Amino acid sequence: MAANYGLGLKRPSAIPGFGLALGFTLTYLSLIVLIPLAALVLKSATLGIAGFWEVVTGPRTLAALRLSFLTSLFAAMVNAVFGTIIAWALVRYRFPGRRLLDAFVDLPFALPTAVAGIALTALYAPNGWIGQWLMPLGIKVAYTPTGIAVALIFIGLPFVVRTVQPVLEEFDRELEEASATLGANRRQTVFRVMLPTLMPAILTGFALALARAVGEYGSVIFIAGNMPFISEIAPLLIIIRLEEFSYPQAAAIGTAMLMISFGLLFFVHLVQAWQRRRFGHD
Amino acid sequence: MTDAALAPLLISQPESGSAVTTERYPVRVLLVATAVVFLVLFLLLPLAAVFVEAFRAGVGTYFASITEPDAVAAIKLTLLVAAIAVPANVVFGLAASWAIAKFEFKGKSVLNTLIDLPFSVSPVISGLIYVLLFGAQGYFGPYLQSHNIQIIFALPGIVLATIFVTFPFVARELVPLMQEQGTQDEEAALSLGASGWKTFFKVTLPNIRWALLYGVVLCNARAMGEFGAVSVVSGHIRGKTNTMPLHVEILYNEYNFAAAFAVASLLALLALVTLIIKISLEWRYADQIAALRRH
Repeated sequence: MAANYGLGLKRPSAIPGFGLALGFTLTYLSLIVLIPLAALVLKSATLGIAGFWEVVTGPRTLAALRLSFLTSLFAAMVNAVFGTIIAWALVRYRFPGRRLLDAFVDLPFALPTAVAGIALTALYAPNGWIGQWLMPLGIKVAYTPTGIAVALIFIGLPFVVRTVQPVLEEFDRELEEASATLGANRRQTVFRVMLPTLMPAILTGFALALARAVGEYGSVIFIAGNMPFISEIAPLLIIIRLEEFSYPQAAAIGTAMLMISFGLLFFVHLVQAWQRRRFGHD
Repeated sequence: MTDAALAPLLISQPESGSAVTTERYPVRVLLVATAVVFLVLFLLLPLAAVFVEAFRAGVGTYFASITEPDAVAAIKLTLLVAAIAVPANVVFGLAASWAIAKFEFKGKSVLNTLIDLPFSVSPVISGLIYVLLFGAQGYFGPYLQSHNIQIIFALPGIVLATIFVTFPFVARELVPLMQEQGTQDEEAALSLGASGWKTFFKVTLPNIRWALLYGVVLCNARAMGEFGAVSVVSGHIRGKTNTMPLHVEILYNEYNFAAAFAVASLLALLALVTLIIKISLEWRYADQIAALRRH
């Protein structure tokens, strides 16, 4: 322990076990997460910058990345709207079955993605429970990009509800009363006073849902149809490249996806920093 | 007047609200109806579909599907993988939260961020990285082959990928709680002469037990249900390297829907049990699960 004090990296403490705990943490983190992720970047670097660019902007890859990103964006926007409404209903109103529904919001976190995938496919297939009613209307969901969006809405919903809910629970009702006393009608209070306060939480939930959706695989592949250029998502293309033993190509697509997710997380970080500055709390 | 009279019938506002801080009754009904319809359509219906499809071909087929040798092998493998991955991440979670919560050191926030990293990595990439390291053409592939060690398309690869995707679950529940609890209890125990380990087992562990259980339950659900990462490293060898979600996929792709949904229904049951434990922990020990108040 004494060695750690001497390095000046750690504030002196009476609690033992710092060396052991941190040593184990860093070793485990490096072996499981950091070194393997470094291998991914290293492998895609073997292509060189030009080679990397060629793989990532190849027509099939670009189509897959675009599909993954656009369907995820659409799903995250649907989730931002309906997730906020659901959070609002769960927090603000009392109705029969509210606690049960509240509990079920976490289902997508708990249900294995493959199970969600085959269940959604069964529902939205042309002869499925929902698909048979959409078919006569000319709406085809399963085996199209629409189906991908449906799966991604399922996967992303809890992110928005669970980030908006606590903020709404702690919302200061005096603000609403003040707004009402000052002559605002309910619509003005909701849209001018409440929504701006909720916006950072909604944006955070939106970005988290988007980040999750971009990389999602299990729930999507069953319902997607997986046609190259039409309904082939980026994670599936990685697996296809891997099965062709094109490791550097697979790694390059993976690295591009990692960059998208990290960009989104950085966005979340900015939103939260902005929220702290503006509202003085988390 | 009409609002107040109608409200108790179906949708009321919490006691704390007043007339000016809620919406008119029709708006309330509309919002609640939207929320309920959306949740039923997107969450409850898929869940119901799993069980209906599982029993569509009859109870006999259902039990035959979950007791045939390949299904049993998949169930056993899934349990084995979770039995290795979850304890590994528990030990890591305890070590990481001890280091982060009980000490002040440089680079702490970076470490905290790195722990959450696996959550932002696509499951497929989580499998891919181990193939790049240990696969036949991976960095350590030739070495492993010459020593006859198989990691990819075998149990070690499946375990590694599972550990990766469930990596943050335990730590992220424990770190905020232990940070909130501070070091006073431990300092008291130590000053009374308890050893470090004794302090940990008799003071710290009881303080965090419900949050630990909470993390373990979530970690376990993901470990048993993981599909993408495991799919990349498993090789899909029937009866050998197929976990339950992979077995579901194979059956489904063979158009054996009844059997696929039968095995899937076991996973759905696991999800329901997970939700029930999670909710009951949240209701009973909300104050001892710090992550609930964080977000």
